[in-house]
Amino acid sequence: MNETLLLTALTIITAATPLVYAAIGELVVERSGVLNLGIEGMMLVGAVCSFAAAHYSGAASLGIVAGIMAGMLMAALFAFLTLKLQSSQVATGLALTIFGIGVSALIGQSFVGIAYSGLQPLPIPVLSEIPVLGRLLFNHDVLVYGSFVLVALVSWFLKRTHAGLILRSVGDSHNAAHALGIKVIRVRFMATLFGGACAGLAGAYLSMVYTPMWVENMSAGRGWIALALVVFAVWQPGRLLLGAYLFGAISILQLHGQALGINVPSQLMSMLPYLVTILVLVLISRDRGRIRRNAPASIGQAFHPTT
Amino acid sequence: MIRLQKRAAPSALMGYLAPVIALFITVLAGLVLFALLGVPVLDAFHAFFIAPISTLYGLGELGVKAAPLIMIGVALSIGFRAQVWNIGAEGQLILGAIAGSAVALALYEVDAWYVLPAMMFASILGGMSWAAVPALLRTRFNVNEILTSLMLTYVAVLLLSFLVAGPMRDPDGFNFPESRLFHDAATLPRLWGGTRLHAGALVALGLVVVGWVFLTRTLLGFALRVNGTAPRAAGYAGFNQGRLVWLALMIGGATAGLAGLFEVAGPIGQLLPSISPGYGFTAIIVAFLGRLHPVGVLFAGLVMALSYLGGESAQITLNLPLAITGVFQGMLLFFLLATDVLINYSIVRKQPRPVS
Amino acid sequence: MSQASNLTNPSALSSLANGSATGSAPLVVMRNITKAYPGVLANDAVNLTIGEGSIHALLGENGAGKSTLVKVLYGLLKPDAGSISWCGEQVSIASPAMARKLGIAMVFQHFSLFDSLSVLENIALGMGVKANDKLRSRIADVSARYGLPLDPDRSVYTLSVGVRQRIEIVRCLLQEPKLLIMDEPTSVLTPQEVADLFETLRQLAKSGMAILYISHKLEEIRVLCQGATILRGGRKVSEVVPEEQSVASLAALMMGGEIPAALRRSAIVAGAPLFAIKELNLPAKDANEVSLHNINLVVGKGEIVGIAGVAGNGQDELLATISGERLATDEAHIQFNETPVGRQSAGARRRLGLCSVPEERLGHAAVPNLSLIDNVFLTAHHRKPLRRLGLISHARSKALANDIIKQFNVQCHGASALASSLSGGNLQKFIVGREILQSPRVLVISQPTWGVDAGAAATIHRALATLAANGAAVLLISQDLDELMQYCDRIGALCAGRLSAFYPSSQLTAQQVGLLMAGEKLDAMQAEQGAADEGEHS
Repeated sequence: MNETLLLTALTIITAATPLVYAAIGELVVERSGVLNLGIEGMMLVGAVCSFAAAHYSGAASLGIVAGIMAGMLMAALFAFLTLKLQSSQVATGLALTIFGIGVSALIGQSFVGIAYSGLQPLPIPVLSEIPVLGRLLFNHDVLVYGSFVLVALVSWFLKRTHAGLILRSVGDSHNAAHALGIKVIRVRFMATLFGGACAGLAGAYLSMVYTPMWVENMSAGRGWIALALVVFAVWQPGRLLLGAYLFGAISILQLHGQALGINVPSQLMSMLPYLVTILVLVLISRDRGRIRRNAPASIGQAFHPTT
Repeated sequence: MIRLQKRAAPSALMGYLAPVIALFITVLAGLVLFALLGVPVLDAFHAFFIAPISTLYGLGELGVKAAPLIMIGVALSIGFRAQVWNIGAEGQLILGAIAGSAVALALYEVDAWYVLPAMMFASILGGMSWAAVPALLRTRFNVNEILTSLMLTYVAVLLLSFLVAGPMRDPDGFNFPESRLFHDAATLPRLWGGTRLHAGALVALGLVVVGWVFLTRTLLGFALRVNGTAPRAAGYAGFNQGRLVWLALMIGGATAGLAGLFEVAGPIGQLLPSISPGYGFTAIIVAFLGRLHPVGVLFAGLVMALSYLGGESAQITLNLPLAITGVFQGMLLFFLLATDVLINYSIVRKQPRPVS
Repeated sequence: MSQASNLTNPSALSSLANGSATGSAPLVVMRNITKAYPGVLANDAVNLTIGEGSIHALLGENGAGKSTLVKVLYGLLKPDAGSISWCGEQVSIASPAMARKLGIAMVFQHFSLFDSLSVLENIALGMGVKANDKLRSRIADVSARYGLPLDPDRSVYTLSVGVRQRIEIVRCLLQEPKLLIMDEPTSVLTPQEVADLFETLRQLAKSGMAILYISHKLEEIRVLCQGATILRGGRKVSEVVPEEQSVASLAALMMGGEIPAALRRSAIVAGAPLFAIKELNLPAKDANEVSLHNINLVVGKGEIVGIAGVAGNGQDELLATISGERLATDEAHIQFNETPVGRQSAGARRRLGLCSVPEERLGHAAVPNLSLIDNVFLTAHHRKPLRRLGLISHARSKALANDIIKQFNVQCHGASALASSLSGGNLQKFIVGREILQSPRVLVISQPTWGVDAGAAATIHRALATLAANGAAVLLISQDLDELMQYCDRIGALCAGRLSAFYPSSQLTAQQVGLLMAGEKLDAMQAEQGAADEGEHS
């Protein structure tokens, strides 16, 4: 395997990892029947908080924890407004993003221009010694391994556990679930918090690994792409992994376009992920029957326990 | 303990009061924020809310900032009423600016009355073309317009950056990524000497009136309202839902495009890589804060314009980060969404449970 | 979860001298159950006794109080007065969970299944247990024992209504109940599915399970049930052995005697055909819809034609195709005054004079959070000059709204009141008034008096009769036999998307309409009369 190709493959993994985290969290949220459009905001606040914690403490682990907590705090705000006060999920999600962009910029003011050493890779003994394959697969930071474990866990949780079944039932029909005595609001609250934690983690990855520094608005639409990935995955964790890596590859392709001999202005190449997102949405959404079968039926609808 | 009790009917009073309460709480929260940042609270209050509008120039700036917010806010209100979630107005604004600028640069040698109208026409077409994509994809392929309109905003930003660095760059501009300065014939007339207030403010006021009449007095406005609240009733009354989606997005695109032109042909005077401090996104808050009503949007637009000016003023006088504007805007929307609960619920004191 | 054996006390059983119509030992005895809602006495001192291992019918028209009584039995409603004894013990059933604990299971008319989940997962959720292999084998057991085949891994959305009902039945049986309540189980089934269901029920009864069978279908009850309690207007009117009754006598008991001829609309000679449907076929868009098959009908000037049928047999789809909310596949399928309009929009049809009133009032016929003034404009702008120079004239809509309120005696807080603030009856009067004041040439109206008080119903019926007398053609889609028999000139019935032939209502009995509703044909002589009647128009 050619060294450039190997390096490209490695950067694809770092580009895909934040997308995996953000999207798998939103997938769980949506499976419970909640649409949280605020991923971008949660990611940014997660990014800046984890950077701050890691910078001050010097401990990467504290940075990761801070990112998770910050994302959950933002998600709790969203959950309180939409689930308890029954505000519109669309409007509240937009508010979360606008708020998150502002707050993260405010917090991050004093961190602009500071570099961070980044998260150290954690080679897996023996396996990482394998030529090429070892470097490609078994010499990553803990968050890369974690993303795969998380997807597998979510997949197992949704398919195999009773709690996962309850979560899916709430997303399918909150009224039927309520009639069975399931605590709809509580299930959704917890799912939303999980989504926040994942978005925070995605943000942490951006500011600690992907570009180890804080830049205002550094998520650059990844939160929105994560939303599209959930649709692309038709709400299935396995397909989500595939989609995230596809998008990771596209975003790296546009970065390395010049090096690969593609002579197109960089701005036009940078449009690629967004245009591909639209294309993918068209391909998936045009099959209305498929969307109707797979999309959680009660997504985005407010639940009034009294009715 | 307190708890929420559903009202028999939505409170009309609270409908008007909730935004005021939200605004009040936001200001309070803002003062707490200033205190946390270690700034003298009263100084900060003065710098943020009073200083920016205590001069004639400042009032003019308020109008300059409010004009695009009000224009787009009115258009988005109409769309949101129909449950068409066009959140890509920022991209449509950029496309309008690009198209209008293209005409201005193409007619660079021409000094005639028709230059400005031609630019306006082009900008409207530009904005509409960008909004046509989500409209087409939603009506033909069932694609959610939230994601497509937003993705196109990122594309628009990149397109603008490409154009000012390449095809539309000032040939005598030492390779700076900006276009030529527009001639007078391609610049909006000023309304008031000593300020930057331009004719776009009048257009914004006009749009408030037009939007109000459209929404309350025309068949299409009525159809949009019905489609948003009871889609089956809209079908029963004979309103075509696909056409209503198109209409809502076209109104948004045309208005945002025009607002974009007013920025480049007004206060800026040329095409730059960055022409809007997020007017297209802030207009979403303006629309909600204004209760999706054009007159409400007028007031909400002024409030949000003040938040921009306040942020700039606080940055200059108190060395506070500019990001504080975004925090204010986000908080205001949150508090508004939270206080909206008072429209449908009243707060009652929970009876303590008898000890058994 | 299983059997509450501590409640089965033989001495208590023997002390129960209460007469059971079925002869076997009484499993449940409900005494003097009374339940009032604001304005309605849903159950007025109702008694019900069900014997062990018997299939007992609860018979009555819509609104007779059947649902209320079973909801009390299943712990969903608390009665205002009355008592329940179960296996001889006084019990108070506070919740469905309590009912299940006693051994009472219920299959609802509108079952609440999760469409995207599998059969196994649905049953697991319903029982509050894990969806594991143990449950899978228990399902397989019950399926095999009672001949109820189920694939545990199929997603529910892929299954027909009959199979969905089977899921609910299997879920109930897994709880090993002593009493199975079935609420209108056949209203959604095909004849073949009904036959299968009856076979299952008989087998269950043979194994000792009691079944409470709620229905208003007379023939079914006659062939299936050993005892029947008949409710009318919230009261128990009779307790009979169905086998000893004819369909006609059961109908008489259920509806309170033959409908007096004097009340019937005097037959009029229909004028020229004004509205016709010709060979209309409309495939269903998804599993929740009913396909329409070869629909033909003609309505003449001055005529009121009725379509009977149990809800969900294609009424909504038919109305939408007539109103223009859905388009027919060909222009010629729908004809207004001999003009084909099958592909025309709802607005275009209204402008011609084809108006309609759908069944659902809030959200379909009216916009809940708009004022009555706006709700007038909603449909009336097509036929009334409610705009001036292109702008909506609030004053004109308001004047029309006030006209409607006055003429149709709508109780409301003025024309500015929100539609959602009106009671069902008043809103319905308002909607009907709105359509009638537009002087339609054809009016299609669905379930006009469903859930409406008697006074409002009378106003609506009078208005429809006057409209027809003034030369309009009226098509009335209804579940209410009385209404159809009294106000229609001709009646047909819709069953599973197929429309029967039409017969002069003066020559029909209630039970014959019941047969039409069940999709059966009347005997040859009458069918010929009906055909002849149709022939006049075509």
